[in-house]
Amino acid sequence: MKSIDSIIDAVYQGQRIYADAAEILYQNAPLLTLANLADHLRYKKHPDPVVTFVVDRNINYTNICVSRCKFCAFCRPLNHEKAYVISTEVLDQKIQETIDSGGTQILLQGGLHPDLHFSYYLDLLRHIKTSFDIHIHGFSPPEIEHMSKIAGLSILETINQLKNAGLDSIPGGGAEILVDQVRCHVSPNKCDSKTWLTIMKTAHEVGLPTSATMMFGHIETPMQMITHMIRIRELQDKTKGFTAFIPWSFQPDNTHIHVRKATAWQYLRVLALSRIVLDNIANIQASWVTQGDKIAQLALSFGANDLGSTMIEENVVAAAGVRFRLAKEDLIRLIQTAGLNAARRNCTYGVLEWFT
Amino acid sequence: MILSFKDKQLYAIKEKVERNIRLEPHDGIILYNTHDLIGVGALADFVRRKRHGNKTYFVYNQHINYTNICKNRCLFCAFARDRNEQGAYMYSVDQVRDILIQNKPNHLKEIHMVGGIHPNAPFEYYLDLLKTIRDIRPDVHIKAFTAVEIDHFSSISKMSLTDTIKALKQAGLDMVPGGGSEVMSDRVHQELFPKKISRKRWAQVMKAVHAEKLTSNATMLYGHIETVEERIDHFIQLRDIQDETNGFTAFIPLAFHSENTKLSHIPPTSAYLDLKTTAIARLMLDNFDHIKAYWVMLGEKLAQIAQTFGADDLDGTIIEEKITHSAGAKSSKGLSRDQLDFMIRSAGFKPVERDALYHPVEQS
Repeated sequence: MKSIDSIIDAVYQGQRIYADAAEILYQNAPLLTLANLADHLRYKKHPDPVVTFVVDRNINYTNICVSRCKFCAFCRPLNHEKAYVISTEVLDQKIQETIDSGGTQILLQGGLHPDLHFSYYLDLLRHIKTSFDIHIHGFSPPEIEHMSKIAGLSILETINQLKNAGLDSIPGGGAEILVDQVRCHVSPNKCDSKTWLTIMKTAHEVGLPTSATMMFGHIETPMQMITHMIRIRELQDKTKGFTAFIPWSFQPDNTHIHVRKATAWQYLRVLALSRIVLDNIANIQASWVTQGDKIAQLALSFGANDLGSTMIEENVVAAAGVRFRLAKEDLIRLIQTAGLNAARRNCTYGVLEWFT
Repeated sequence: MILSFKDKQLYAIKEKVERNIRLEPHDGIILYNTHDLIGVGALADFVRRKRHGNKTYFVYNQHINYTNICKNRCLFCAFARDRNEQGAYMYSVDQVRDILIQNKPNHLKEIHMVGGIHPNAPFEYYLDLLKTIRDIRPDVHIKAFTAVEIDHFSSISKMSLTDTIKALKQAGLDMVPGGGSEVMSDRVHQELFPKKISRKRWAQVMKAVHAEKLTSNATMLYGHIETVEERIDHFIQLRDIQDETNGFTAFIPLAFHSENTKLSHIPPTSAYLDLKTTAIARLMLDNFDHIKAYWVMLGEKLAQIAQTFGADDLDGTIIEEKITHSAGAKSSKGLSRDQLDFMIRSAGFKPVERDALYHPVEQS
């Protein structure tokens, strides 16, 4: 077994870290050592002290979902009094508001609705694209798998049709922990890890960029979490299609998994480890939605170089009892009071506007 | 320590810290101005671990704010009211007795009691408060009355500071909290709290408290209009008093919350400022034993992280915090022992339950 010091040295020198060493590092390195390593690697990748964010809105087209994952407080069954499918009027209004407040993209996601036809999703995309000039970051892999089943189409054909209808990029949601042993407990009806990775690989191959996420702090072991990171790293070696990695901690309120909420301490360790393990992904995002403004700011010294989005609207985490709200001005203040330069970006991390 | 400092200026400070050489004001200014937060944290963590290892202290305590009526009306305060203003209150001695009887937790070790500068309550009222608490909770330490209140008592009782403190001590006072110094700068005093006692008087009261063999805490309210130089000067003034008396137990950085105050245009403190202030306090105040991460003001998440930025104490359970919550604090109003224990343990530290005077409590 390698000693912790030799692991730390190797990482500092820029060597790739593998699962066993990553676990030793995660379990044993002092918090500030992890931060030191992550920060060092972040500046090797991004020498300029810049932190970016995007102005966007989450639009959840439906909360009706047949998946019923145990960690979810957002989904509703078909006939539930609070079940909905968004109307065109509400959708248009939300997008117009997004554009009016300087937004450049929407994050379009929803539950796995049992009855909507594939044409619903294609029409949704075409409608948005003909009515508005906005980037559509939409449909996580579980939704795409669901659509492919409904349509009886291959993954490739499903993604191609979505792309032709206007889909610009794919969010990395639904990954949770990419280890089936974990998935069959927390999200038994959601696509397995191989399918998730296949969908992302296919998306990258047809030229759609995607992000990747990880939801930790429920029933996974540290090694399962590290396996998740390494599976994403392996795919990235092949496709280079992941723009960013976003780890966030499970929010247990109103869900069916009864665990203590992950602490800020654990969050920062996982975030730093993400930067260290994912040596081939350019951007690591801090999650202010789950951590609040203070820990999100601190994350900028623990490997993160991006604060995600302003999220003019967020429903899924809010349903689990966590409601942090930050406006664009707040994000800029967080970045600047950390001694860094703030920039607004687009979905592919191109800078649109600098703030001084 | 860590592998490398991003800010090379920190190597000279590291050298001093490792060799136990007292830091100068200009070192403090470098520490505040650097963007190398992790470097500052690592220096403070080194000193913290040398002094306390991986122990983190906490206390089972209760706050009592006997009145919010205050004639000082400092600009940073959202708690104070004028006598006839809506929401003004003052507990009678009997009300305090009822509060203590209604909620009488077994594990309670400290009562923290402070209040506004009431224009006409007599000195006996304050003595009666102490006697009542002492009567109902003979086993609990009473930490009460900031230097500002003690100065006021001396003026209404027409007694010397020393005699005032003696009378309070005789009525049951065990320890004095650190509030009321805000930022020890004449400029900030003039602008934000001109009616409150000056820094010189605050120091005088604290020295008199220490002379009577009572310990006290010290604080600094930061994140409003004060400059980096003023913060460092505040630390140096406290360090000088401590060299003389050795009567301070803990230093508590207090993050300014502006909501509902006359300074509501000032944004909340950043996590960087919060952690730097904690760490720099640990580094500059080399003669203070304890640096507290006051979770009410930092929030529970940041308070947990502060344990590796120099803090060795998380204050306590509190039960019903009022003052910072009047100014929009989003933290809980109280925490259970179990929650505090978890905050400490899950960060790899060892919880030590203490009394007000930092004696470890025997676990029952």
